[in-house]
Amino acid sequence: MNAPDSSGAILDLHDMTVAYDRRPVLWNVDLTLHKPGLVAIVGPNGAGKSTLIKAVMGLVPMTSGLVTAWGRSVDEQRQRIGYVPQRESVDWDFPINVLETVLMGTYGELGWFRRPTARHRQRALKCLEQVGMGDFAYRQIGQLSGGQQQRVFLARALAQEADLYFMDEPMAGVDAATERIIFDLLKTLRDAGRTIVVVHHDLRTVPEYFDEVVLLNVRVVASGPVGRTFTPEKLQATYGGRLSILDTMAEAVRMQQETE
Amino acid sequence: MFLTQTTLVLWGTVLLGITAGLVGTFAYLRRRALAGDVIAHAALPGLCLAFLITQSRSMGVLLTGALLTGIAGAFLMSLLRRISRLREDAILGTVLSIAYGLGIALTRTIQNHHRNERGADLESFIIGRAATMLAGDVLQIAATSVACSIVIVLMYKELKLLSFDESFCRVQGWPATRLDLLLMLLTAVTVITGLPAVGVVLTAALLVIPAAAARFWTDRLSWMMAIAAGIGGASGAIGTLLSARLDQMPTGPLVVLTASTLFVVSWMFAPKRGWLWNRGAAQEELAAAAKEILPTNTAGDTEVVS
Repeated sequence: MNAPDSSGAILDLHDMTVAYDRRPVLWNVDLTLHKPGLVAIVGPNGAGKSTLIKAVMGLVPMTSGLVTAWGRSVDEQRQRIGYVPQRESVDWDFPINVLETVLMGTYGELGWFRRPTARHRQRALKCLEQVGMGDFAYRQIGQLSGGQQQRVFLARALAQEADLYFMDEPMAGVDAATERIIFDLLKTLRDAGRTIVVVHHDLRTVPEYFDEVVLLNVRVVASGPVGRTFTPEKLQATYGGRLSILDTMAEAVRMQQETE
Repeated sequence: MFLTQTTLVLWGTVLLGITAGLVGTFAYLRRRALAGDVIAHAALPGLCLAFLITQSRSMGVLLTGALLTGIAGAFLMSLLRRISRLREDAILGTVLSIAYGLGIALTRTIQNHHRNERGADLESFIIGRAATMLAGDVLQIAATSVACSIVIVLMYKELKLLSFDESFCRVQGWPATRLDLLLMLLTAVTVITGLPAVGVVLTAALLVIPAAAARFWTDRLSWMMAIAAGIGGASGAIGTLLSARLDQMPTGPLVVLTASTLFVVSWMFAPKRGWLWNRGAAQEELAAAAKEILPTNTAGDTEVVS
């Protein structure tokens, strides 16, 4: 019994396998996060990035595997784990305004039957300020642009005041201003000792923004600090020989060298 | 006593309309409006089976049977959705038609064998017969109304979360599946309560139409519930009064037609979301855009005119 002790880890995935219709989407995924930080999950389309997050959160069933956060099951730690789903996952024409949406982040802490109080409302407004949406608190959510909607989802997760966040493509289809705001916020969270796991599609920004990276293609190809893991060889192994991606990779690596 | 038959029926249909508006708001937002229709149609064989088993025509017994098969119909629907590759509309159509066919066959058989008996007439459940409502029936509607309203007010936050974002609801540790079941149970109870007055074919309309109409007037869920309850209650009242005035016109269809009229009015005239408003707004936007694109042309036009 000399396996490394992972009970103190923030997040520990052991032997996770997920299948849809008997086709494996994730295969024997092992992943352990020991230190707080910004973690990117990257990989080609269909690599199982979103599925990984959803399986951790219990939204899709695992065929096998064990997930623990701070040594306990996710169900016992839900209060400490925040989630930002893909923007397309809800109906934005729902009759609800921005503030009410953000307040949903406090529902877990409130428990059954209790309604948010003035204190929760203050907190929700503060979270909206943090994502630069303070002026939009009473807008109907359908009247927002895509980037603004994404920031509302982010504020909702912030309102939960979690220690570990999972975000599913928060940068997909947002404007440059929103991307900037989101990354500044993620850095603030990281500096406050939080861990944020982000499904990310833009390889060029990985070295600039993230501390650690998980290269995923059904199985974990490599994971670790960006400097050691985000290399041309390992990216090649993750993406295969897809030419269109090779240019992006070359550029990403060049940017990484420039920043060093 | 001032409680004439019309006042009695009025109480019944108004309370029913209010409850249907409240419950219907969530059913509508959760895109379960047609589930109400399946429940209503699946209730018909249950009414008949309850009669065949107990030989009783008491409303309580019949409606219990209706509730059981109505819920069974809804379960069959969600089971088929999970295990078959059929599309939602195909599943709805199939379950609904089978249940309704079975129900019609059973009512006819029973009707032929028990022609001259007193008590609830099973065929009256097909389009409903509000005019013969008894005080006991109204009390039952009132009880259901109060129970559903209490659950909805108490669980407002939880139902709102479930309806808006089911996965976020799960992730926060709420029992989303059980909340969903609760919502289905509320829908089923409301539909079954409406059966004697509005009938199998039309009850679901009372669930959908007030909620859909209310959506035009507001962007807030709490207001949408209040407006849907108002439209439902008003439809009940106006439909009942019209039916009392017009001989031979059944109450249920008039209630539904009133609700439909209110829906059309909402769709046409509601500010912001209504058709008229958007037509005007679209023209204004077009004019503004044209002005931006063609500033010189517009100036030229004014010169010519002056």
